[in-house]
Amino acid sequence: MSNHDADPTVVIRFGGEGGQGTITLGDLFTRIAARLGLEVYSFRTYPAEIKGGQVTYQTRLGLQRVLSEGDEADVMVALNNRAWMECHEDLCARSAFIHEASLEMPPHCGRGYPIPAAQIARQHEWERGYNFVFLGALMWFFRWDLQLAEEVVRERMQRHPQSLEHNLNLMQAGYDYARDHYPEPFPHTLPQPESVEERLILSGADALALGALAAGCKFYAGYPITPATPVMESLAKYLPSFDGSLVQAEDEIAAINMAIGGSIAGLRSMTATSGPGLSLMIEAMGLASMTETPLVVLDVQRAGPSTGLPTKTSQGDLLIAMYGSHGAAPRFVLAPDSVKDCYYQMFNAFSLSEYFQMPVVVLCDQAMASRVETVPYPNDLWGEADDPFPWCRPLERQRPTTEALQGDYRRYRDTEEGISPMSEPGMPGGIYLAESLEHDEYGYPNQDPENHERMMAKRTRKMEVARKMLNTWKMSARRWGHRGASFGIIGWGSTRGAVREAMAMLEAQGILIEALYPHSLRPMPDKEVLDFLDTKKAILIPELNFTGQFRRVIEHHYYKDLDVRDIHVHQLTKEQGLPFKVREIYEAVLKMIAQEREQWVAEQGDLVSVYEAVERLEEGANES
Amino acid sequence: MSRKASEYRSHVKPIWCPGCGDYAVLNALTRAFASLELRNENIMVASGIGCSSRFPAFLKTYGIHGVHGRPLPLATGIKLGNPSLTVVAVGGDGDGFSIGGGHIPHAARRNIDLPYIVMDNNIYGMTKGQPSPTSPRGLQRKASPYGSQERPLNPILMTLAYGTTFVARAFSGQPKQMADIFRQALLHPGFAFVQVLSPCITFHNTYDHYREICRPLPEGHNAQDLQAAMTAALETETQYLGIFYRDDQQLPYSRRLQLLRDRAPKLTLETVLDRFRR
Repeated sequence: MSNHDADPTVVIRFGGEGGQGTITLGDLFTRIAARLGLEVYSFRTYPAEIKGGQVTYQTRLGLQRVLSEGDEADVMVALNNRAWMECHEDLCARSAFIHEASLEMPPHCGRGYPIPAAQIARQHEWERGYNFVFLGALMWFFRWDLQLAEEVVRERMQRHPQSLEHNLNLMQAGYDYARDHYPEPFPHTLPQPESVEERLILSGADALALGALAAGCKFYAGYPITPATPVMESLAKYLPSFDGSLVQAEDEIAAINMAIGGSIAGLRSMTATSGPGLSLMIEAMGLASMTETPLVVLDVQRAGPSTGLPTKTSQGDLLIAMYGSHGAAPRFVLAPDSVKDCYYQMFNAFSLSEYFQMPVVVLCDQAMASRVETVPYPNDLWGEADDPFPWCRPLERQRPTTEALQGDYRRYRDTEEGISPMSEPGMPGGIYLAESLEHDEYGYPNQDPENHERMMAKRTRKMEVARKMLNTWKMSARRWGHRGASFGIIGWGSTRGAVREAMAMLEAQGILIEALYPHSLRPMPDKEVLDFLDTKKAILIPELNFTGQFRRVIEHHYYKDLDVRDIHVHQLTKEQGLPFKVREIYEAVLKMIAQEREQWVAEQGDLVSVYEAVERLEEGANES
Repeated sequence: MSRKASEYRSHVKPIWCPGCGDYAVLNALTRAFASLELRNENIMVASGIGCSSRFPAFLKTYGIHGVHGRPLPLATGIKLGNPSLTVVAVGGDGDGFSIGGGHIPHAARRNIDLPYIVMDNNIYGMTKGQPSPTSPRGLQRKASPYGSQERPLNPILMTLAYGTTFVARAFSGQPKQMADIFRQALLHPGFAFVQVLSPCITFHNTYDHYREICRPLPEGHNAQDLQAAMTAALETETQYLGIFYRDDQQLPYSRRLQLLRDRAPKLTLETVLDRFRR
C-alpha cells in the first residue's frame, strides 16, 4: 500500500499498445471500484495516434478522498513489454505484476501473475476481448463481486450489444483462470467500504460541461481539438434538452465569433478549445472586451508551443490567457484546481462574464479534463447564504430599465463601476452598435483622444471593481496547511492534488508548511495572497511549464511585497507532458528549505564579517 | 408604404467618398427594410472590417462592427441566439472572399437564414488600393507594381457550387433592382448571397466598365435551375444582374436547431447529475 497505513490507497497502472483496449480496461476497473464504494482518482496518457503507440492508464483507489494519481505502482497490469519498460522506475519489489503470460518479467519487480489472456481470448474466438480477461482476473485478485462488475460493464457497453456477451464471457474466463491459479490472498487489496457515500463519478470534462449547464449555458460554438473535444461532445448531447444549441464551427475563429453573436443576442454562450485554438481566438476575445460582451472561453491546456504534444498535459497557456491581446483588453482568468472545482469554476465563469460583460478564460488541462474522480454531489451549488460576494450565485447581466430605454439610452454609459446596463436586440429603445472601433457611450465610433482614454478607463474599472469584490469572497483561493508557516507553496490548477499529498508527507516528517491556490488568476485575490505572504520566508511555485509563467506573474504582481518582506521565490517547473509526482514536490520543498538554511547561515557569516570590518574601522578611527 | 427608408438611417454620416457605390447599397437596404415594414429593433446587422463594413454605424438598427472577415460567424451566432430577428451580414470583397473566405461554404452548408451582402469593389479601399480576390489579373497598384499575378474569383459560381440556396448579383448603378433583390433576399428562408458590384470611386473606378457589361439575366432564366444559374455565372464578359438561383424549400438552420430542441427529451440538471452517480 502506498503512503501511510492510516489512509491506505492502492495504485494500479495499466499499460499497453493503443487499440488493445487499455483505456477501456482501466476505465471499467475504475468505475467498478467506485461502484463498490471506493474513492477513485485516475490519470491517463495516450499517444496522438488513433491506433498504436503506448497508452498508460493509472487509477488510485482509497477509502478516503484520493488526492493524486500516486507515484509508484502497487499493481502493474502489462498488456505488452513496453508497459513496464516505460515505467520501471515506478515499479518496486512490492509491486505485483499482472501480465500477459507470453511477456518477459521485469527484472526488479515483486511477484508476477502471468495470465494467458491472448490464448484464452483465442479459445473463445473473441480476440478483441483480450482486455476483459484481465478485468475478470482483477476481480478475483481484489476479491470483488463479479456480478457488480457485470452490472457496470453492461451499463457502460450498452451501445455495443453484439460484443457485450462475448466480453462478459471473457471476463468470467479471466476470473476463473486467476481463481484456479492464484488462490492465495493478493497483497494489494482494500477492504470494501461499509457504507457507500453519495458520489458522482466525473471526468474533468464532464464536470466542466455540467458546470456550464448548471450556469445556464444555452449556446456553444466550438471546433474539435484534443483534449477539449469531450466537453463539446458532452454539451452536444445535453444542450438541446436544456433548450440550448451547439454548433460545430468551421474553425476556432468562427467558433468564438459565433459565441459572441449568440451572447449579444441574449444567450449565455461559450466556446472551448486548447492551445492552438486559443491562439486563434485571441483577436475575438479582444472584440468581446471592446464590445463588453459576456463570453466564456474554456482552454483545456496541452503541451505546446505550436502543435506540441497534443495529448499531453501542460500549464503553458497562463500568460497568453492572462495577457494575450493587442492593446489592453480586460478579461478574467479562472483556474479550477480539481475535478469538482471544474464544475464550480465554470459556474463562476458564467456569473462573472454576465455580470461584468467581459470574456472569462477558464484554464483546465489535459490531465484534469481526462481523469476520472469520485466527487461529492454538488448540493452546495449556490454557496453559503452569508457569502457577501455574489460569485457562486448565478449572476445575471444587468438589463436597462423600461425608463432608461424610453429615455436617452446609452449602451456604454460611463458608470461608477464601469458596468453599463446591456440591452438585447429586439428591445425597443435599446438600439446600439457593438463597435470594435473605439466608441462613445452610444457605441458610435469616436476617435477623440479624451474619449479613448475615458472608455479604456471605463472598461478597465470593471476589473478593479471585481478585484475589490474578490477580497470579500471566501472561495477566491484555496488555502490549507499550517497557518502562518515560514515556508509556503503557491500554485494553480491541477497540480494541487500532488501538492496536498506532498504536504501530508512533509507533515508526517514534522515539516509544517502552508499552501495557497488562487481560483482567480486575473484579477488575483490580493488580500488573501498578501495575508499568505505575510509570514513567509520563502515560497515554492510549482508549475507544469518550461519558463515558470506563474512565478513570473507572482513576481511581477507582488514584487514590492516580496521585496519588503524579503521573501525568496523558488520555482519548480516541469514540461514533460506529465503531471507532477508527489515526490517531486516533496523534494523541491526540502531543497528550498535546505537552500534557505544555507543562505541564512551564509548571510549570518557575511554580516559577521561586515560587523567585524565596521568594528575595525571604528577602532582605527579612535586610535588616530 | 408606411415606413420610409430614412427611418432606418442613423445620424452618423457615412465615411465613404462621394460617389462610392456603397451609398446605393445603404439606400437600397433601408428601402428593402421599409418595404417589409420591419421594426428597427428587430434588425441586427453584422459586419467585418473595411470601408463597406462601416455600414452598421449608419443604420438605426442593432449592429456589430466586428473583427476582419467574420461577419458570417457573428451573424450566425446572433440569428441562432434569437431567430425572430432579421439578421444581415455585410462586408467587402477583401473581408468576405479573402480573410473571411472560409466561412462562406459553411454558412451555405448550414443554410443559415440570413442574407450576406458583399459590396464588391474589386480592391482594398480602406488600405488605399491593393488588389483584392476579385481584382482583374494584372492590376497595377503600389502593392502590385508589376501587375497582380492572381486570377479573380467568380463569387457567383463559387457560392452556387457551395450549395447556397439564394444567389444574386446587383450593381450600385442600378439601385432600384438592388432594393428588390435585397427584399427577396430578406424574404428567403435560408442563406442568401448577394454580390453587389459597388465601385470604389477613388482607387478602382469601374462604373463605366460595369455599366457597359452589366445585363439583366437572359429572358426566361429559371432561378430554380442550378445548371442554368451556373452557365450564367460562367459568363464573365457580361455580368448578369438578378437572382441567379433560388431554392426556398430547404429547411433553414435556425429551424433545424429548433427542431432538435423540440425533439430532445426535457431534462433537469438533477436528472443529468443522477446519470453520473457511481
